[in-house]
Amino acid sequence: MQPFNILIAVCLAYVMALFLIAFVADRQAKRGQLGWLRSPLVYTLSLSIYCTAWTFYGAVGYAARSGLEFVTIYLGPTLVMVGWWWILRKLVRIGRSQRITSIADLISSRYGKSNLLGVIVTLMAVIGTTPYIALQLQSVTLSFAVFAQETSSSGWGASDLNATALWVAAGLALFTVLFGTRNLDSNERHYGVVTAIAAEAVMKLFALIAVGVFVVWGVAGGAGDILTRIDASPIAGWDIKPGRWVSLTLLSAVAFLTLPRMFQVMVVENVDERHLATASWAFPLYLFLMSLFVVPIAVVGLDLLPAGSNPDLFVLTVPLSQGRDGLAIFSFLGGFSSATSMVIIAAIALSTMVSNHIVMPIWLSVSQQGATVSGDVRQVVLMARRISIALVLALGYAYFRLSGGGTALAAIGLISFVGVAQFLPALLGGIFWRGATKVGAAAGLLTGFVLWAFTLFLPSFGSSFILPASVLADGLFGINWLRPQGLFGVSGMDPLVHAIFWSLALNTIAFCVGSLASFPKPQERLQGAQFVNVFDHNPNSQGWFSGAAEAEDLLVMAQRILGPKQAQDLFAQAAERQGKAGFLPDTSPEFLQQLERELAGSVGAATGHAMIGQIVGGASVSVDDLMAVADETAQMMEYSSQLEEKSAELGRTARQLREVNEQLTDLSVQKDAFLSQISHELRTPMTSIRAFSEILRDGGMSGDEREKYATIIHDETLRLTRLLDNLLDLSVLENGQVELDLQPVELADVIERSVMRAGIEDGLNIQRDLLREKVTVFTDPDRLSQVFINLIANARKYCAAQAPELRIEVRVQGGSVEVDFKDNGAGIPIKSQAVIFEKFSRLGDHRAAGGAGLGLAISREIMNNLGGSITYLPGQSGAAFRVSLPIDATEVVRVNQS
Amino acid sequence: MGKKVLLIEDEPNIIEAISFILKRDGWIVATHADGTTAIAAVERHAPNVVVLDVMLPGRSGYDVLQDLRSVDATRSLPVLMLTARGQTKDREMAERLGASRFMTKPFSNKEVLACIQELVQA
Repeated sequence: MQPFNILIAVCLAYVMALFLIAFVADRQAKRGQLGWLRSPLVYTLSLSIYCTAWTFYGAVGYAARSGLEFVTIYLGPTLVMVGWWWILRKLVRIGRSQRITSIADLISSRYGKSNLLGVIVTLMAVIGTTPYIALQLQSVTLSFAVFAQETSSSGWGASDLNATALWVAAGLALFTVLFGTRNLDSNERHYGVVTAIAAEAVMKLFALIAVGVFVVWGVAGGAGDILTRIDASPIAGWDIKPGRWVSLTLLSAVAFLTLPRMFQVMVVENVDERHLATASWAFPLYLFLMSLFVVPIAVVGLDLLPAGSNPDLFVLTVPLSQGRDGLAIFSFLGGFSSATSMVIIAAIALSTMVSNHIVMPIWLSVSQQGATVSGDVRQVVLMARRISIALVLALGYAYFRLSGGGTALAAIGLISFVGVAQFLPALLGGIFWRGATKVGAAAGLLTGFVLWAFTLFLPSFGSSFILPASVLADGLFGINWLRPQGLFGVSGMDPLVHAIFWSLALNTIAFCVGSLASFPKPQERLQGAQFVNVFDHNPNSQGWFSGAAEAEDLLVMAQRILGPKQAQDLFAQAAERQGKAGFLPDTSPEFLQQLERELAGSVGAATGHAMIGQIVGGASVSVDDLMAVADETAQMMEYSSQLEEKSAELGRTARQLREVNEQLTDLSVQKDAFLSQISHELRTPMTSIRAFSEILRDGGMSGDEREKYATIIHDETLRLTRLLDNLLDLSVLENGQVELDLQPVELADVIERSVMRAGIEDGLNIQRDLLREKVTVFTDPDRLSQVFINLIANARKYCAAQAPELRIEVRVQGGSVEVDFKDNGAGIPIKSQAVIFEKFSRLGDHRAAGGAGLGLAISREIMNNLGGSITYLPGQSGAAFRVSLPIDATEVVRVNQS
Repeated sequence: MGKKVLLIEDEPNIIEAISFILKRDGWIVATHADGTTAIAAVERHAPNVVVLDVMLPGRSGYDVLQDLRSVDATRSLPVLMLTARGQTKDREMAERLGASRFMTKPFSNKEVLACIQELVQA
């Protein structure tokens, strides 16, 4: 038989064996015979999926290309295991107490069960893991090709490679579907799969050691010879670049924590927290053994094989070149194990995320059903898982075809590492910092993801795909500092280190700033507290213990908070669901949780939790719980004070509306009175005019009489005209539409003109002080004169003294002038003083007035327009008015009119 | 004829006009221009009919009318009310207080005269 055919047969047998192992383990787990399935050894071995085909084949290639740098990939996880195992312990504890199903679930759950974050993490994980899966397919395909080339001289074409990759992908999908989605376990544990993975871990370790032993003692002359060969090889001459070393060590440490598949085996599949203690020394040991022979194989490979052979395949090609086909097949199985175990676990982890965070939410909203768990939904979940697994592998295959399988294995692996490393700030912040918020997490994740895609992922497709060459060379939009590999003008840096630095730095900054700038919701705070203080709580505090609580006590409490009707309905429904007669259900953990949710809806999550905790007695109320209660109460008080403020505001508004309404009513009354007045003032002269014109028409009277009546008609017409003029004048003045003719004028001139126009022929004695009147004012002289004339005319009409006298006194007061008009008459009665400036407020017998009673109203409006005022001075011997006006009206008038 | 009209009105030109019309028709016309002393004037003149303006100095025509209607002697005295305000509510007010007739200014001389004649004959 040719080696290739043997290889196929062995390979199939191996796969069958794996299926068998998984099947048996699953059966045993189902029967409850966990036994060795739960041993720390299995747990440690399952962690070895960290060592993928990349490690198995790629590490040797890496060593051949870059010397000892490959060690960093092992150094990171070792550091985490030895030095940071307390982080792992916290993660595992949280994962168990919160029933976390994936890293997406952890982050979403920590930040207030935000599905948005779940979706973001899921998408990032899928995008970050796809190249990695493609890498595994590529390694399996390449290794097949090596054997095929050994046997047949024609070699393999590209189509054979692609077909192999497709078959491998399909087989892996089948295995994962069979053992990864057999049933829906709330803990998401897959004993069969994990056991098979552990077996594969043993296989790959032994295979690599076997090749190593063969190389050292079979090809070379033992350990001493190998050391001299190493000294002589180019590997010894490689410089260690400190920047790259530190970055890569850090990166692999971070990836060890954040890779979805690592999270799956380390946290989700963990059955006992104490296994971590064993793994913390056993896993570094495993890594040490895996890396022990990497350099010897590389050195011997470089020596033995012709220059230009792919160092990534030395593990296979060295034994083959020495005619050791059996060893080569063993080595192939090791590589095959590495690849398949990674793909299986990654597919399970990703499908869990995809179905829980993307498919199920969409399905639930589309199907319009509540989240009632029935057989039906389980079926849907399983179907979603299976489809997701197929999708994940299809994506991996598609990437494999797209990338053309050209890139070195290690490079693709590192790109994936940097991608998933973006989860770190949200993850660590979430479990150590209570102030971390959803906004911060989303900001950090998105920032990191975008930078990773731009600086590392997209450029990895080469310069023609997605990112044009011009962007790589000149930056985005031609902006130099937006070059993917020289961001913000930092150039000359190793592209990988550059990407790690910028993506993680800005990710962390965005996360911190976002968290500090936003305020978490109660749900988020509560979850945060449970995550950060996971060790302070009883491990089971999340679920309530049944039995301890009396349903009646709970009902009494619930009635107080929810109201009697709603609480009784809730209890009765729960009892009905449990199939119990009466209205008191068993206090099952499910019922207690439901009740807690209902209470949380009314009084807040923390208070609801604390209340149930007190009655059930299963959980102590911690200081943090109380703080959360206080926070909630403060929020509610703030809310209620806001309500109070609002209601006060409403009260104010109502009062204002009432006032406005009253004003409007007043205005309406005033308008009616005004119209009524105008009607009277117009009709009175018209009555005379009509009556006398009818009399004249009737004829038969003397010439004297006729002349007398015609004169009356004439006078009444003038009176009407005057009234209309006054009304129009008043309207213009009141609306501020008056056009003022401002000019400098001497006050004495204005008064002089007014006195002349008012008519002094009937004996009113006007006293003036001409010296004081020598004040130049800047005003409208015609309008001012109109006011003075009115005042003088009033004095003439109403001053009933024996010797009527009017004194006009001028006084300058700061920026304004006061002009007083005081007569020696009886003055205006106190009760009338308030109304004299109103329209039609003619006092006493209006025959004496001869006007319509608009004079003072017009005067007041004129003075307003001139920026001054007119007031009645009470307490003088006679009637006294004061006209006050600015010396320069320009300024005041402009303000008034604008 | 020789019947007597008391005209209570404060606007001189209107007094002049109504007096002229009535005198031409043979009425004896007495005039009074103040609201406060209007009742006394009615008692003094004892007219057959009163023409009463609403807007009077001192006291309104409505008040005067109300007083006239509250005393037996003048309860049925014909009163023609004149107003220059001419709104519906003025007419209603006058009717409610017991005005015999109500006219708005400006009026037609003929109508005033006919109205006064009717009031005296009724």
